[in-house]
Amino acid sequence: MAGMTPSGSAGDDRSYAMGMHTEQLAGRTQQVFFRPEEGERFLYPWAPEVDYNKRAELDADALTSTEVNARLRALMQEGYGTIVVRNPRGKHSLGVGILNRLNLIFEGSLGYFAVGLIDGPNVRINGRVGWSCGENMMAGTVLIEKNAGSTFGAAVRGGDLVCRGSVGSRTGIDMKGGTIIVGGDTGAFSGFMMQRGRMVVCGNAGKNLGDSMYDGTIYVGGTIRDLGVDAVPAELTDLDKAWLTRKLRQYELLPAQGVDHFTKIVAGKQLWNYDNLEPTEKKLIL
Amino acid sequence: MCGIAGVIHRGGVSGIGAEMTSMLQALRHRGPDSTGFAIYGTPAEGDYVMRFKVAEQEDMASGFDIHDRIRARVEEVDRRLAEQGVTVKDRAASTEYAMRYVVSFDGDMEHLARYVEDVEGAEILSLGGALELVKDLGDATTVCDQYDLGGFRGTHGIGHTRMATESDVDIRSAHPYWAFPYNDVAVVHNGQITNYWMMRREMERKGHRFMSDCDSELLAVYTAHNLANGVALDESLERSVHEIDGVFTYLVATRDQLGMAKDTMAAKPLVLYESDDLIALASEEVAIRAILPEEIDTSDPYDEETRVWQA
Repeated sequence: MAGMTPSGSAGDDRSYAMGMHTEQLAGRTQQVFFRPEEGERFLYPWAPEVDYNKRAELDADALTSTEVNARLRALMQEGYGTIVVRNPRGKHSLGVGILNRLNLIFEGSLGYFAVGLIDGPNVRINGRVGWSCGENMMAGTVLIEKNAGSTFGAAVRGGDLVCRGSVGSRTGIDMKGGTIIVGGDTGAFSGFMMQRGRMVVCGNAGKNLGDSMYDGTIYVGGTIRDLGVDAVPAELTDLDKAWLTRKLRQYELLPAQGVDHFTKIVAGKQLWNYDNLEPTEKKLIL
Repeated sequence: MCGIAGVIHRGGVSGIGAEMTSMLQALRHRGPDSTGFAIYGTPAEGDYVMRFKVAEQEDMASGFDIHDRIRARVEEVDRRLAEQGVTVKDRAASTEYAMRYVVSFDGDMEHLARYVEDVEGAEILSLGGALELVKDLGDATTVCDQYDLGGFRGTHGIGHTRMATESDVDIRSAHPYWAFPYNDVAVVHNGQITNYWMMRREMERKGHRFMSDCDSELLAVYTAHNLANGVALDESLERSVHEIDGVFTYLVATRDQLGMAKDTMAAKPLVLYESDDLIALASEEVAIRAILPEEIDTSDPYDEETRVWQA
């Protein structure tokens, strides 16, 4: 983010025009939108500056998860901006808590809690991931070439989390922002208690999709087994189609027939948490 | 939390003891209390393998006369087997309290099992033509070494690493559970069954016995009940998803099959690798990588999914 060019209000207008800020919470929100002139608020003083052209390789075969993460930190401190991790062999919690720019490539599959709590790196995983990949991710991109486990992108707050294959259940549970894209199918309870952000499922969605979602948008290209409580279909607008086309093309997941067939799901906002009236006001009404 | 794992070779035998040990050792962090194996070998025609214990591991520190008591219990088991017309062809003690007998018998197997279990401290862990069920306290490597499973060859197996949550840390509460009295059927489970007591009472009214207060034992009894009533394994698995409440993933192995079932919430993990000649399942990818280190494609079965594979 350090090298980002300020875009000014024109950028804001464009992002609104592209439908990037359509969520409207009835209650208070703690979301803070990025403003380039306030860039220092979004940087971590202790995060190292790295050079993308400085490349290192790390063999994780004989290392524990803690050792792999410690080696990654040491390499980043030395300024390495592109790191390839070989033989991860399904180990858990690899690549977590990275708060700076980085090109991180895993040559193989990861276990649970892969690349959670990250804020900035671009990660590519040439394999599959276990449960809770990208949990609480704040910025950056994560691209998984194969399948992913359940709770994919739990509580994700920003960035793009993309799985080319299918994912397990409860995808995007408690999602608070950002974008989750699934090239294949997703399981039950996807988007459960989703609060903000966008989820795109190119294949089919399991039961209780969007159950108890507060806000945000879910797009499904295939069939939906059934909708959860307070999740309702909405009109797929031209802005939606433009955004979907751009995002799916970016990750080479755009279907040959385009995106017109996608179903859009939003919150019906009929749950109790949308009733913001104070008890005294309720009494007056009653 | 607990970890479960299973592997089945289609149309061939392999070093199933070593494979299961590697998989379960990789899952040690999910359950360090006890480890259990249900592995299926190639049986000799007409023979049965009976694995039983006559004491818990913790009993070994319970008094000066425990060794005499164990010896007396084993002698009593031997006497009852002889009385029932059982021929013991091979006798081995894996530990002081856990025995492995190869027997031939053509009478009522359920009656025999109940008669043996009537001996104080005795519990038959498994009785079957192909199944050998071993479980004890400690991690997979410890149990493997203790019971000499490293060289065991067979077609398939299931296993469990247990983190005790709702019942004791002892062999009685460890998995796998033999589906008493059904030959060669064993179950491992990860999860919690919330209608356990209701279903347990229902099964007890139908004459089934429970050896522990562990909710997982219900799945073995439930499976045995269905199989005894002519229900096929795949049908039993499908029914269980709707008749058993809670969050669970469990594996069932029979003489020549391996099955899995996942609850309606898909709340407990399972990773599946499937190829033409090998199926491997485990709570975590890392267990499958323990026997298949090369890059492979795996997936997570979805909610209410049940599968059965043939050896």
